[in-house]
Amino acid sequence: MKPLHIHHARLIDPAADLDAEGGLILGEDGRILDRGPHLREAGSGPEGADLRDAGGHALAPGLVDLRVYVGEPGARHKESYRSVGEAAAAGGVTTIVVQPDTDPPLDDPALVAFVRRRAAEVCKVRAHPMAAMTKGRAGREMAEYKFLLDAGAVALTDGDRQISDPVVTRRCLQYARSVGALTVHHIQDSALAAQGCATESLFAGKLGLPEAPAAAEVMALERDLRLVELTGARYHAGQISTAAALEALRRAKEKGLPVSASASAHHYALNEYDIGDFRSFCKVSPPLREEADRAALEEAVAEGLIDALTSSHRPQDEESKRLPYAQAATGSVGLETSLAAALNLHHKELIGLPALWRMLALRPAELLGFETGRLTPGAPGDLILVDLGAPWIVDRKALRSKSKNSAFHDRRMQGLVKATWVGGALVFER
Amino acid sequence: MTDIPFPQRHLLGVEDLAPEAILQLLDRADGYVEMNREARKKRDILKGLTQINLFFESSTRTQMSFELAGKRLGADVMNMPVKSSSLSKGETLIDTAMTLNAMRPDLLVVRHADSGAVNLLAQKVNCAVVNAGDGRREHPTQALLDALTIRRRKGRLHRLNVAICGDILHSRVARSNMWLLGKLENRIRVIAPPTLLPTGIERFGVEVFEDMEQGLEGCDVVMMLRLQLERMSGAFVPSVREYFHRYGLNAEKLARAKEDVIVMHPGPMNRGVEIDSELADDINRSVIQEQVEMGVAVRMAVLETLAERLPNWRGAGALA
Repeated sequence: MKPLHIHHARLIDPAADLDAEGGLILGEDGRILDRGPHLREAGSGPEGADLRDAGGHALAPGLVDLRVYVGEPGARHKESYRSVGEAAAAGGVTTIVVQPDTDPPLDDPALVAFVRRRAAEVCKVRAHPMAAMTKGRAGREMAEYKFLLDAGAVALTDGDRQISDPVVTRRCLQYARSVGALTVHHIQDSALAAQGCATESLFAGKLGLPEAPAAAEVMALERDLRLVELTGARYHAGQISTAAALEALRRAKEKGLPVSASASAHHYALNEYDIGDFRSFCKVSPPLREEADRAALEEAVAEGLIDALTSSHRPQDEESKRLPYAQAATGSVGLETSLAAALNLHHKELIGLPALWRMLALRPAELLGFETGRLTPGAPGDLILVDLGAPWIVDRKALRSKSKNSAFHDRRMQGLVKATWVGGALVFER
Repeated sequence: MTDIPFPQRHLLGVEDLAPEAILQLLDRADGYVEMNREARKKRDILKGLTQINLFFESSTRTQMSFELAGKRLGADVMNMPVKSSSLSKGETLIDTAMTLNAMRPDLLVVRHADSGAVNLLAQKVNCAVVNAGDGRREHPTQALLDALTIRRRKGRLHRLNVAICGDILHSRVARSNMWLLGKLENRIRVIAPPTLLPTGIERFGVEVFEDMEQGLEGCDVVMMLRLQLERMSGAFVPSVREYFHRYGLNAEKLARAKEDVIVMHPGPMNRGVEIDSELADDINRSVIQEQVEMGVAVRMAVLETLAERLPNWRGAGALA
């Protein structure tokens, strides 16, 4: 393979806070050789390199998505490693971190190894599983953290379940600290949120949906933050969505606790009214929030309080969504819409591109110790070329994911991926 | 009768209805009240039309009321027995809807335990759908029959003080009545313990009272709601006897209301839980039996109105 010189690009590098015209050289080993304004012109690269004209579009690190569900094992009809790879590549996501909420759950080193192997065989993008924090994700007994990490798990989480018992949570955090693992948590008080499929509000009251109060989030987070103080474990809130929880997060960060948080695209882009006439694609967990909470989350993203932006890609087949709202499965696919949802914050002039990419790529990579998420020379060639302003309308039928349950269906978006490279290899082109 | 302003294909809730549409439905129902009091009640307005009653949640009185309404207008009425059908074998709501739709009914009357389920079903069929109650959300014909009862007793349906008492949180009857009476500019009060009130109830445009006697002060109409058995002991209220003590309607509490107050209940009643037995039978105040009568008339008006909106409607009594 010859080196590739991508010229006439708008370089976005969160690691160097760079947003400038220039070019980039992908080396023969699939890593970034060099990049910068001096490589803007076609002739400025090494002799004999292949050339690609970026046409002035943005060249940025591929997204590192900390929250993705794949159906393997157990629900391959919803999403396989092959289909999730197609969807991720098209959405500009070059690393997916997979939730252990499978059937059976990823609480066994052999299952983690199986998933790693499947991903290596058929997935176009990098896929790393998180392992279950407790056996069977039942919230009672600790899983084998060291073995799970050795098998290739990159973090520990019980997925969309809170460990409700504070004694168990505390021990999990203590033990996880000793193996140095990042622990990821579902911050919903499980008892308070048990029956709810909508946020308690005027609107949900009118629809007559079973509700859960928004306070269920901050209650869970505040309890956990006390346990982080006790244990010193690395703690990550898997999805944060309310103003009150954001305040708690801010205070914890100011105190210097080892705490970080992700925000899901649908939580900062949509609010409860998108449920409209009982649209079950908008049934997500935690549920879509009131506008004040959505706005607070958007603001927190804009100021950089949030560490990672995720798609919370959760494929569900038609069967499990075409049901009365309360019975419908939770989740929305998002790999192909999360970049455009994030770019909307840029188009609204709330945030600059390097700062946005910090949350889309660099910071999530740092949290898990990946060397991707940046354009630093020597880093792996996980790149995307993005037409930042390209308008499009989400058509769920046209999504590459096996499941078509998009909460963003029919929405107008701006920003399309033109090409995606993983480890220097072109895996998607539009 | 002149064409009424009723743009909806289905009747899914009163929240979607314009006040004029509500009043014209009631006018039409008034006519049917008189007709139903004659010996020969049957008309052939809906002759040739098929009406299917699909009750996923069992209800004797509402289902019978819809059945009678359809039959008196000459429709062929069929009750789909949900319990013994394939629905209990795991067929989804939408598959059932598609199957029924293929049999080409004209009117589908649906009750379901989940909010929004009837809306979902209505998206998948070609016929007109009447919501006979979905979860906690709406029960439009109940609100219409309550309105008809009030209008006939009070001579008007605006500027009345109406108190709705009991389990507001879980009640579709309460929600539909709040929307309907609110649209027609009545003053609505809700009386309930805080555990049985939805969040943000103040913003529904109603006054909230946790003290029943205060809430009943000067009321023209009192609507009592049924408290479900499973919610009585400990979960939402401490006990039946404490509930009756604080929120059960008796003559003493009712004395705070206007002298000509009427007492309503959607049925079936829990005597001694939400309403004193003697009061329930007081013919001067209790209009509970009248509500049942109005129910048939209102449902006839609804079925006829929706039938007229069917794309293949060829006029009253025309053979299909």
